[in-house]
Order: sequence, then C-alpha cells, then structure tokens
Amino acid sequence: MCLAVPLLIKSINGKDADAEIGGVSRPVSLWLTPEARVGDYVLVHTGYAISVLDKAEAEETLRLLGEIAAMGEVEG
Amino acid sequence: MKFIDEFRRSDLAKGLVSRIAQRSKNNVRFMEFCGGHTVAIFKYGIRQLLPPTIEMVSGPGCPVCVTANSDIDKCIAFSQLSDVIVATFGDMLKVPGSRSSLQRAKAEGADVRMVYSALDALSMARDNPDKSVVFLGIGFETTAPTIAASILQAQEQKIKNYHVFSMHKLTPPVVKAVLNAGEVKIGGIVCPGHVSVITGSQAWEFVAKDYGIPCVVSGFEPLDILQCIAMLVEQVEGGRSEVEIAYSRGVCHEGNVEAQKLMHRVFQSSPAEWRGIGRVPGSGLKLAEKYSRFDAERVFEIEPGESYEPEGCICGEVLRGVRTPNDCALFNTICTPQSPVGPCMVSSEGTCAAYYLYGGDSRG
Repeated sequence: MCLAVPLLIKSINGKDADAEIGGVSRPVSLWLTPEARVGDYVLVHTGYAISVLDKAEAEETLRLLGEIAAMGEVEG
Repeated sequence: MKFIDEFRRSDLAKGLVSRIAQRSKNNVRFMEFCGGHTVAIFKYGIRQLLPPTIEMVSGPGCPVCVTANSDIDKCIAFSQLSDVIVATFGDMLKVPGSRSSLQRAKAEGADVRMVYSALDALSMARDNPDKSVVFLGIGFETTAPTIAASILQAQEQKIKNYHVFSMHKLTPPVVKAVLNAGEVKIGGIVCPGHVSVITGSQAWEFVAKDYGIPCVVSGFEPLDILQCIAMLVEQVEGGRSEVEIAYSRGVCHEGNVEAQKLMHRVFQSSPAEWRGIGRVPGSGLKLAEKYSRFDAERVFEIEPGESYEPEGCICGEVLRGVRTPNDCALFNTICTPQSPVGPCMVSSEGTCAAYYLYGGDSRG
C-alpha cells in the first residue's frame, strides 16, 4: 500500500511532470514536492512524487556497505 | 544511479549478513511495522539469512488489513447509492465485509471502479458530471497527503462531484497502542520507510525515548532491510535506543514538510477503529470542517447495517504480532487468496498472504 518507486523526471509543466522508469513514461504530480527539478529522481506513490531522492546520500550508503563487505572478507 | 539495482547487490548483502551474524549475541525480536517490509522480507528470503538470535515479527502496517469491518460495510453501502461511482485502490475490492465485498457488489451491478491514484478518481469525476464519485481514502501518512492534494485540486478545478470517504490512519499512535498493550516483547522496530518520508524519522523518537526500544527507518530493497537490521543489532548489543535512518536517500529527520502541511490543512485527527486493536485516540484522519463538502460521510446518507467479524479468523491477533498465520485453523484450509476470509489474506501486503505465497517461516 505504501509502495513508492523511483522515477526520473524528464519534463515539468507547472505542478505536473512526466517521469520515466525503464523506458516507460508516466504523468506524475509534483504537488507534494514543489522543489523537484528535471533530472531528479523522485519517489512516486499513487501518482504523486513524495520525495526527491538524494544521490549523494545513496552513494555514501553504498560506500559504507562496500566497506562492511570488504571488512567481512578480511575477517572471514 | 537508478536507485533500485544498486540496492540489490549480492556482494554487499553478503557483507551485511555476516556482519549481523558476527555482532548478534543476545536473543531479540524485531517488529517490522510495515506490510511492504513483511513482503520484501519474505520475497528476498531475509528471515533465512538471519542468525537464530533474531526473530522477525510482522506488525499492523497494512492499511487494508487494519480497516475495521464497520468501515468496509460503509464502503459497500456507498456503492449501493444510485448515481454514485465508488473509486478504490484494487486491494480493497476483495476484502470481505460483514455480508458482502466490493467485488461482489460490483458483480451484482454496483458501479465500483479500480484506480491507481486519487488523480484517476478526480478525472473520473470530471468525465462523469451527472454522477458523484466516492473515492475510498485508505492508507497511512504516505497516502493521506496525496488524497489531501486531490481534494485541493478538486477545489481549484471546481469539481463538485468528487468526494472522499476518509479511513486514513496515523501510524505513531498505533505503535504506541501496541507497545502499551505489552503483549509482545519487542527489542527493536524496523520503522516504515515511506511513512517516514512524510513524517520524518522524528515521528519515532518517543519509541526510543519513552519505551527504550531501538528504531531504524528502512527502505524496501534487500540492502536497506539488511542494513536496518544490522543497525538495530548494533543498538541492541551496545545497549542504546535511538532513532536512526537506513534509508537516508529518501528520509530525513523532519520529513516532507510541504506534504505534512497539506495533510493537516485538509484533514483533522480523530479517533479511529483498527481491526484487532480497537479504538485508538488520535489515530484517524477525517476531513476538516472547511472541506466538508468533499466528505462523503457528510454528503451522503448510507445504511451499512450491523457489522460483525468473521468467525474463527485471527487477523486481529496476527496484526498485533501475537500469533502467526500458522496458528490459524482457517489459514490455507478455507482461507486462501482466491477465497479469503480475513483481510490479511486479501491484501498483497497482508501477513497471511505473504505466508501463503512464500511458504511461511520455513526457518521455524
């Protein structure tokens, strides 16, 4: 029910956007994320973007998980 | 960065699995509040990857499942009105009420239509000016702001035949109710990711502070959930209880302030009836006075009749984490996804549906 998927914003017209996932384009409402810009990935829930995803945070998480995995290999 | 595949990498998952096994010493039970997490945990086989010290239990985080039978009966009653189209998310269709279901009402001639978004229901109202559309508003903080936005859009576009039956619920009050009941000892909470996108991680601070229970907000990819469990284990073993985020690409401390504003503008909090849990003060959302003309409950008169629970169904106890579907005599005998008795078997996020589809907890 609380499912939300990341879509890439391709164009914006007022509070409406066209966003893409896997080559498929979908209309997305930006009523809840007025700060979203073209080129952003947004989490979309029932047709509305609810959050602009933070790329730097995502990269930092993956870097940390990479360190944990590397430590496991050394210790294991 | 596409924000999906990167968080399914098996090499990184292995690192987290061995980290969890290495650090977890004390027996502990974690509750995943959200039905989406329950499904992801089963789908990715995460229970089987955890050491025997860790037990996962599902919570009341499936909006369809916690909707009281009396509300389901009201939904069906709306569908019996003439010149009314009932628009609903698909999960609600098969949920049995006291006497019927929306699907059965539809088969018997009621105008019930499935939508993916409140925006679809709004278009439906625009395209059918001679009828009234009643949209069934279910969902937690993730969904309520989208419904609030649709009401403001209806107002802006002067669409007068769009109405919402609000059964929305708020999650922190029910977590509090479950913890106060004290029926299950919980050593950590996997906090709902997309609810927290809206509320912010701040919503869970009372759990860490007042109940001394570690909280970590998680996303829905396998790495998110494993990272969340690893962080919970660190807190448990270190004797800490804090609110942390294992989903920082989408969730922050304050949440989506704009969405919170819209939600509180259109709705006001009210007591709400939760299946299996009962009446929880301040856990519901009803339309504010200013938007009463969009409120289906105030615009239409319905006769839902007396409500009662299906005999033998233990959905209520499953929702509280007290029992599992395997304890239910109806599970996989007369209650199946094709012919569900209780809502936890209907919803794609229901615990019973997850046990049925993925074979329960084969780890024992």
